[in-house]
Amino acid sequence: MARVVYREIEGGAGFAGLLAILVAFTLTGIASAWYMEHYGHIVTGMNNRIVWGMPHVFAVFLIVTASGVLNVASLGSVFGRTPYKPMARLSGLLAIAFLVGGLAVLVLDLGRPDRLIVAMTKYNLKSIFAWNIFLYIGFLVVVAAYLFVQMERRMNRFAPSVGWFAFIWRLVLTTGTGSIFGWLVARQAYDAAVMAPLFIAMSLSFGLAAFLLVTMTVYGLTGRPLGVHILNRLARLLGIFAAAVLYFTALQHLTNLYAAEHAGVERFILLEGGIYTALFWIVQVVLGGVVPIALVYIPATARTWTGIAAASALVIAGGLAQIYVIIVGGQAYPLILFPGMEVQSSYQDGVVAAYMPSLAEIGLGVGGVAFALAIAAVGMKVLRFLPDSLSDDALDPHRQPARAVNT
Amino acid sequence: MTATRNNPFLRDKPAPDDVPERGRRDVLRALAAGVGLALAPGVTLYAFGGPAEARAPGDPVSSKVRWGLLIDVNKCADGCTRCVTACSTENGWSDTGHPLTDAQWIRKVKVTDPKTGASRSLPVMCQHCAEPPCVDVCPTGASFKRADGIVLVDKHICIGCRYCMMACPYNARSFIHESLKDQKPYAPRGKGTVESCTLCVHRIDAGRIPACVEACPAEGGGALAFGDLNDPAAEISQRIAKYASAQIRADLGTDPGVRYQNL
Repeated sequence: MARVVYREIEGGAGFAGLLAILVAFTLTGIASAWYMEHYGHIVTGMNNRIVWGMPHVFAVFLIVTASGVLNVASLGSVFGRTPYKPMARLSGLLAIAFLVGGLAVLVLDLGRPDRLIVAMTKYNLKSIFAWNIFLYIGFLVVVAAYLFVQMERRMNRFAPSVGWFAFIWRLVLTTGTGSIFGWLVARQAYDAAVMAPLFIAMSLSFGLAAFLLVTMTVYGLTGRPLGVHILNRLARLLGIFAAAVLYFTALQHLTNLYAAEHAGVERFILLEGGIYTALFWIVQVVLGGVVPIALVYIPATARTWTGIAAASALVIAGGLAQIYVIIVGGQAYPLILFPGMEVQSSYQDGVVAAYMPSLAEIGLGVGGVAFALAIAAVGMKVLRFLPDSLSDDALDPHRQPARAVNT
Repeated sequence: MTATRNNPFLRDKPAPDDVPERGRRDVLRALAAGVGLALAPGVTLYAFGGPAEARAPGDPVSSKVRWGLLIDVNKCADGCTRCVTACSTENGWSDTGHPLTDAQWIRKVKVTDPKTGASRSLPVMCQHCAEPPCVDVCPTGASFKRADGIVLVDKHICIGCRYCMMACPYNARSFIHESLKDQKPYAPRGKGTVESCTLCVHRIDAGRIPACVEACPAEGGGALAFGDLNDPAAEISQRIAKYASAQIRADLGTDPGVRYQNL
């Protein structure tokens, strides 16, 4: 492979306009958080049954995506796939940006975000939540180190070992994120070890989809060459990851269906849950799973920017739906205090909990995404994250010529 | 016959081998209990609500004690909410017109068997588990279990993450969704933090019994009993030893300090 030249992205009005939009959404997110903290969570759709709402959906999505987006770097450093190495820097930058965006949403949705210092200084080491705080901070440090050894020529020789370490760290981190739900023994919808591998598969899929979308957008806007062959290779990998998500999802529900005690929650999610059932089957499984897999394997779409971008966007939409079903749907189904009995009380026992996300919650969540993208944009502007060219010839001069043309 | 079977004091309890020798005070307490029963059977539970011994300020909480509740569901009347009202008055939480977001430290739950239609009404509150999931998951340690078994939230270090509410199997916790006023000085609460039944820890530390137990009407039989589960001489322990009782979701192994009879 020819020597890769990295350059900051070009500035100008286009960049300034894009950044202004991202900053505006970020400010909307901050304003939403201020509104929620000032008046209390009474102004959100959350209540004493749905204690985690839309902000958590965005936060968990961003955190899961952050660990997954690092995989393009791992393909180069850990699995030795040379053509992906030039993309490793962008992969690391996006990993940091998405994690920071997700954590910002998570923190600003706390009842007492002003007590962040408490969360950073007092730890209950039995809590998976506390472990995750270490895993998140550690991830930022490890990925920053990974970027450093890649970008500092004298340190390049350490890149493979740091890359390995980052790869293992990200697997542990996503295991931790999944286990936040997997270890909730009381709830019918959670309490399953499969949550950890399911979340790892989700991170691989959402992360790669986000990487593809960002890369295509940036290269499209800056006019730098980006080969359809390398995109197609990544898209086919996306198809495998999306299939893995479907596999673990099937495993999750089939395991539950086999246990009579979980029949109720499964009937709720799969058949009678209204919005949750619709999101599960239509958005998560069909639009977010089956359709993108088809798009990246059907020749007519697999080698086109449009097909690959559509597949990536659908995976992300399906991912948001999946996390919504897991988090909100899992809480909407009532806790079983008295198995086999019907219960009713003044505290919504025994009934499906109502939840309608408020604008403020959506504003905070979208603000987190915008913040992450703004970090990435500024990063690309001030440091050399992006190769001048990701054309197929530059990445892999010995490959067979492409069979189809870029559309 | 029924009265005899249900009366815990008309039967001798076989003493387990591992029960420590009773001290003079325990014997006196048991004697007093017997007298109380003979005089006024209807108020035994209240009388035995086992006034806690006041703890001197500064004295550490003893792990030799495990405070608990015993709720006789047969004596809990459907529609009676005196325990709920008493808790609300005592601790300062109330209906603000937002039923989905208002705090409820204790609630009456109606349990119906769909096959037979038989139903029961019982109060559910924080179950003060020996192995509380809320304490396990709390990232900062704000959820904690006192040495005497009372599960509490330290409002100073609760960051309002609500993970404890996700983990609690009993739906026992509430998040404060809006600003509060007229708080009770002994039951501090705060917007953005999580709270639940404290077992009236302020009363227990002063040698009194929880407000719900005190309010449960004597004439109705007194469905609620309070006492030290670790004290074999305590009325609550004797009743638990003599008659079957159940814990909600005992299968989870959280070992709640709140037990139910005739559920």
